[in-house]
Parts: sequence; C-alpha cells; structure tokens
Amino acid sequence: MKIHLDTDRCQGHNRCRLIAPELFDTDDYGQAVLRIEGEIPEALHDKARQAAANCPEFAISIEDDA
Amino acid sequence: MTCARCPIAHSPRYGGLWMPLTEELVRQIAYDTQHFSNHGAVVGHVEGSEPRPVGSAPPITSDPPYHGPAKRLLLPAFAPKRIEAKEDEIRAVCRECLDAVADRGPGDEIDGAVEYAQHIPVRVMSRMLGVPRSDEDLMREFVHALIEGVDRPEAQQRADRLRVDAYLDELIDEHRREPRGSIIDDLLAAQVEGQPIEPRHVRGMVLLLLMAGIDTTWSAIGSGLWHFATHPDDLARMQREPGLWPTAIEELLRAYAPVTMGRRVVDDVEIGGRTLKKGEWVLLPFPAANRDPQAFPDADKIVLDREVNRHAAFGLGIHRCIGSNLARLELQVALQEFIARVPEFHLADPERVRWSTGQIRGPRVLPLTIGSV
Repeated sequence: MKIHLDTDRCQGHNRCRLIAPELFDTDDYGQAVLRIEGEIPEALHDKARQAAANCPEFAISIEDDA
Repeated sequence: MTCARCPIAHSPRYGGLWMPLTEELVRQIAYDTQHFSNHGAVVGHVEGSEPRPVGSAPPITSDPPYHGPAKRLLLPAFAPKRIEAKEDEIRAVCRECLDAVADRGPGDEIDGAVEYAQHIPVRVMSRMLGVPRSDEDLMREFVHALIEGVDRPEAQQRADRLRVDAYLDELIDEHRREPRGSIIDDLLAAQVEGQPIEPRHVRGMVLLLLMAGIDTTWSAIGSGLWHFATHPDDLARMQREPGLWPTAIEELLRAYAPVTMGRRVVDDVEIGGRTLKKGEWVLLPFPAANRDPQAFPDADKIVLDREVNRHAAFGLGIHRCIGSNLARLELQVALQEFIARVPEFHLADPERVRWSTGQIRGPRVLPLTIGSV
C-alpha cells in the first residue's frame, strides 16, 4: 500500500494526523506532511484507509495492491 | 429532509438569496472563489468601507489573491502543535468556571450556556490576544453586542462597533509600546508583499479572531452539553469509554455544526440547474451538508463511534476555519471537564432552552439540573 497526499487540496483540517499520527505530521502552517513515503507497514493499513476516508478535502488517496 | 427534490432553495430577501441543501452543492460553491466572494460572509451585511479583495475582517472577508498571504499570517499561531500546547491552560479555564459554581449540588440548576460555555472561548481567546484578565467580561459583552445585536437599532449598532474598534485600537497600541507575546505582536511584526500590515487590517484581523473564535466555539460547547443532557445513554457511554472522545467530538461537530457562512455572487453562474445572478447572496449551510444522507449514512442519527465522518463543520476549501484545532481542543476539554465535575445532568425544562438566531447556532440559555450520581 502507498499513500498519496495532494498538498494542493490539503487545507490543514488535521483529521489525518489525529487519526494516524504515525503516518501524518503537520508543518508550521498546519499543512499535512506524509511521514512514510514508500510502502506502508501492514499494521498501519487500517489507519491509512481511515485517514483517507475522513479527509474533508479528499486530499488523501490510497494505492492498495491487496 | 427532501434535499433530493430541492437541492437549492431561493428567497427574494436581500435582493435574492440562495441556499444549497446538498453536500455536493455546498462543496461546489465553497470551492468556487471565482463566482462567489467572501465579501458576503455575513448575508445581508453590505461591506461598505473595505473593498474586495480584503473586506473588513480579513481573511474571512477576503478573496484571492489577498486571502492566501493574509491567512498565512495567522496559520502558525493556530497550527495543531502550537494549539496542543494549550491543553493545560484550557483545562484550568474550564475548572475555574466550574469552581465558581462548586456550591451547586444534586437538584440545583446550572446554566450550561451562561455559566459555562460562554466563558471558555472568551477567556482562551482573550489570553491569546493579550487582553488583560480584568477585561474578559468586556470581551464577552462586545461579542454579544456584535453578534446578537443585528436586530438593535442601527445607531446602537454603530455605537457598539465604535466602542469595540476603540478598545482594539488601544489594545494594539499597547502591544506596539510593549510586546506581550500575543498574536497581536505577530501581526505587528508581519509583512505582506514586503510591507507591514495596515493598522486597520490588523484591527480587522483581531476583530475576526474575537468574533469567529468565541461565538462559534461557545455554540459548539453548548450544543454538546445539550446533547448529553438529552441523551443519558451517550453521557454514560462517554464515562465508560473515555477513549471514544476524539471520535465522539467529530460526530458532535458533524451533527451540531454551529456555522453557516455567506457568499455574494460576483458573476452569474449555474448551480444545481438554477442561475445565480451577480449581486445575489448565498447561504452556505455546512450543517445541512453534514446531514445530507447522500454523504452520510444515517445522517440524522448521532452515532458517537461513527468511523467515516468527512464532515464540513469547519468549512471546505481555502476558507477552512483557521481556529479549527483550537475549537476542537476547547470543545473536547470543556465537555470532559464538565462531565467529570457533573457526571449526571439533564435539561431542567426543555421549554426554557433558548437557541441563537442568525448564522451561528447554539443554545444561549441552557438550564440544566444536576443529578445525583
């Protein structure tokens, strides 16, 4: 699984970091920053999907080969 | 709700007013800053003195290209990690409010709005703005006058506004003479396009933080208390499952979203099969979007453990509420602290609850009876 973060769509709602702090950080302006660029560990797959499903701006998409 | 049959409603008021009722149309309008201007953030209020793209309370009244740089000036102070550091301070404010009514016991009343919810954001925002403690009640009075005063005679409204402007000008001047480590210092030191911000824009931003940061949050806290007062099973559940708070807060934000924004149509545009004409107003009801069954299964049911909750309580697009992280934290802490101190409560009398009118929705009078544990 890979996570794609569209930084242009991100408006700093912070839902992703609240749900999955292991996967998402925020910068000084509150914009989301992806903490894991490549392959997402299996243990974090559910959180990745939940973060994507809760972004009000649809800025997170999941590429899942499963 | 029959938003399937009426996706966008129309009223002849104010020279023409539209209200989209679906999540899809609310989102479409929120994202379209070409046709819809924030110069119309408060429907019916014509922005006389400050033209586009700035408006009287930047950045909420602003459009691109001024909006982006103006918002960036405020974003760092409200970024998640800066706000998280305020948790202890917010808990202390909540406990102070509860200490003031510590003499109440089972069978006694406490007004969840007047004696609790209304104090918290005032005190928190006052501290962020460097307002002295002794002026916190004055802040509450100002906010009440400006928000709820839309029905007062015009002369009174003008006088109220002058009083607030004078107070803020003095507050800003005091910061100029001696910094206090507040947001006002940040604004005085900041530059947009290589220039310091004009004093009246600094005042406008401070006014925005006062208005936007207080009425909205106290509405959310009050609505949360109303929910628990009328849903004893949910109240009991939060006490059994404190780990549920983050998810529950999002559901309370979805179901009781306090804010409806406004827009002014600046160019004819087709929305939902209707033609919206230049000069008309639009209400952007984020609460209605949050109750759209197309976007939220069981939309009218409040499900505290709702896992997929892509709600729009803090808006959508470039005008996403700057204060969302602070609002969330205040809401969660205020409800946690109240419930910890008053584990059992219900409405004293449903008929005595009074809800606000206008674009911000929350209880203004909320008599609660303290139960016995």
